[in-house]
Amino acid sequence: MTVLQKKSDNPIAHLSADDIDEIGRRLDAIRAEVIAARGASDAAYIRRVIGVQRTLELGSRAVLLFSKFPPAWFLGTAGLSVAKILENMEIGHNIMHGQWDWMRDEKIHSTTWEWDNASPSEQWKHSHNDLHHTYTNVIGRDNDLGYGIMRVDEDQRWVPMYLAQPLWNFVNACFFEYGIAAYDLELGKNLSTPKRRNDPEFRARGRQVLRKIRSQLLKDYVVHPALSGPSFVSTIAANATANFVRNIWTHSVIMCGHFPEGVETFSRSSIEGETRGEWYLRQMLGSANISGTRAMHVMTGNLSYQIEHHLFPDLPSNRYHEIAPKIRQIFHDYQLTYTTGPLPKQVASAWSKVFRLSLPNDFTATLRTEPKVALKSLLGRRRRPTRRPAAPLSAAA
Amino acid sequence: MMSSEPGAGTRASLRRRLWTVADSLASPRKAADYLDMFRPMRRGADLRARVMEVRDEVQDAVTVVLRPGVDWRGHLPGQYVRIGIDVDGIRRWRSYSITSTPAIPRSSEGEATLSVTAKAVPGGLVTNHLAQELQVGDLVHLDQACGTFVLPDPVPRKPLFITAGSGITPVVGMLRSGLDRLRDAVLLHSDRTPGDVLFGPELRGLAAAGKVRLIENHTDADGRLDMAAITELVPDLAERQTWACGPAGLLDAIEEHWAELGIAEQLHTERFRTARAEPGQGGTVRFGSGTEIAVDGSTALLDAGEQAGLLLPSGCRMGICFSCVLPLREGAVRDLRSGELTIASPGDGVLVQTCVSAAAGACQIDL
Repeated sequence: MTVLQKKSDNPIAHLSADDIDEIGRRLDAIRAEVIAARGASDAAYIRRVIGVQRTLELGSRAVLLFSKFPPAWFLGTAGLSVAKILENMEIGHNIMHGQWDWMRDEKIHSTTWEWDNASPSEQWKHSHNDLHHTYTNVIGRDNDLGYGIMRVDEDQRWVPMYLAQPLWNFVNACFFEYGIAAYDLELGKNLSTPKRRNDPEFRARGRQVLRKIRSQLLKDYVVHPALSGPSFVSTIAANATANFVRNIWTHSVIMCGHFPEGVETFSRSSIEGETRGEWYLRQMLGSANISGTRAMHVMTGNLSYQIEHHLFPDLPSNRYHEIAPKIRQIFHDYQLTYTTGPLPKQVASAWSKVFRLSLPNDFTATLRTEPKVALKSLLGRRRRPTRRPAAPLSAAA
Repeated sequence: MMSSEPGAGTRASLRRRLWTVADSLASPRKAADYLDMFRPMRRGADLRARVMEVRDEVQDAVTVVLRPGVDWRGHLPGQYVRIGIDVDGIRRWRSYSITSTPAIPRSSEGEATLSVTAKAVPGGLVTNHLAQELQVGDLVHLDQACGTFVLPDPVPRKPLFITAGSGITPVVGMLRSGLDRLRDAVLLHSDRTPGDVLFGPELRGLAAAGKVRLIENHTDADGRLDMAAITELVPDLAERQTWACGPAGLLDAIEEHWAELGIAEQLHTERFRTARAEPGQGGTVRFGSGTEIAVDGSTALLDAGEQAGLLLPSGCRMGICFSCVLPLREGAVRDLRSGELTIASPGDGVLVQTCVSAAAGACQIDL
């Protein structure tokens, strides 16, 4: 992909400023509808998911007390993996987004929730909610694009270090929760100079992360194994496996959100003076979905509805599937590409980009040399839409 | 159990250590979060109560019988309790008068019950939920009983109770638990018609048995209860300790009259709804380091903050329990009841009750 504004076939060139305003109004209306309908059944949903997750975690940990026996090991490890995935995705991520703050339940609230992850909630909320969700896919502003360690866009300058990025990406996937913690700390940047290293605020945040990691390690690798007595070693292995499975899964799902082919990136200058409609449009074009069953969606924390999530990060996750057809209709009406596909396809697409961009652009023959055109100037032309009259999408689409 | 008993200290410290281990097992949750799945009413849990019965009273009033968790400390007759109920998925806390008699101390978990009685008001979200949605077996959240509108022990001679409408609820709690000890008690109650009187048959039964002198004032026939009527109906009121509960207008008149008679210290009042002063100017309110919202002069800071999605400490929502106080770092707020201005300069950190304070210009509230 290339920064949208440099593309010869700019996918929003056919939209007028009025079109973009209208997209904004239609999206605002969808949001208002969900907020008006939000109620007891939504609250019951999140409590049910939390109940299932806790039961599963308790049950799995109980089975793992006997993890010496292979069937118990497999059953417990599988259960714990699923419980950890649910905790991070459908529960933790979404609660910390404030999706459930409206319930005024202090136990299910973005200000109080701490998740089963190396990164402390407080730091993750800042880097994720404030930065990534505001500057989605803006090169140079959104560090989620390659997490600052990879080149995931033609417009990022190539340096030889990127040759090894498939390896980095794999290592990052295996230890993803630590990668997130390092990323939230901006570890690379903050360790680079003595001044940054010694900054008291950075050091305090560093200590906070170490405390969190300590209690996480203590739980999974000391206390639970100790409780299982003769199964000590096999319980350590089970917990390590569950953490590994969770890391690989969350990494894969998150790669699918913004890395696959078809997702657009934006230049820094393009978001200056961005209107609400333009912000929405950037979220629409900068995110990609994953198709699949209901169970799949829950396991991804409904981040399979990444487009819907990026449009409305604070709406309850159980509502995304409900609004998805309406969002899709808007894409269709304005001839925009709703990027989606099954998990294996999207993961493969994201990985192929990681491999492709590990080499300089010349090698990939996708180098584009068109002059840079800013979003504003494109909009300024007020071109009439050249789109055909759109037929309504069928529900099955 | 006496703390001097050998082993008690060791046991307590052992228990603490076990909790530490349990919490590290549950991390980043607390062990209590898992225990709540099985025993939500246990000792040490957040206080909750199980709904045992929902009973209709006259005029859309409803009595809810609750079995509280083990840590319930009981109540004094006349007190109220804050109850947190999820209505349409949103936790709402409201205060209700306790109408049951204080329970006898229990030997085991959850034998005692308490009753609260609420009268529906038009658009009354929570009360309507109590009457229509609440099911036997539901769990609700609970706080310890509070309030100073109580029957003292020993009971006073010649008590007078003046109530109107649902103002009878705290008083019925007093009568139910204190009548055997009360001598020469007078209850002056005002309501629209005889049929509207909450606990009407019960009160008339008590009067017929000679336990209390009941004077009913029916506003449809007799007109509003005013000072002239009260003075005429209870000529010896100056000799009595008086408990009054009802609409703000009636209580204002009573307070004024008792003050004129110089017997203000013999009067105890309870207000359900605060009388609110004229709205002020409003302004921009900044909560903590983040959320900044424009609020008008008639919206309480608590309501405004919650509408903006903040989780703020809250309590009775009528300015009496002080659960909601937050420091006003800078700026001015106006008390919605009295119109009184509170102005703070940086560093003052004046605590204000967010539930009855509105912005009177720009202000900064610390979280």
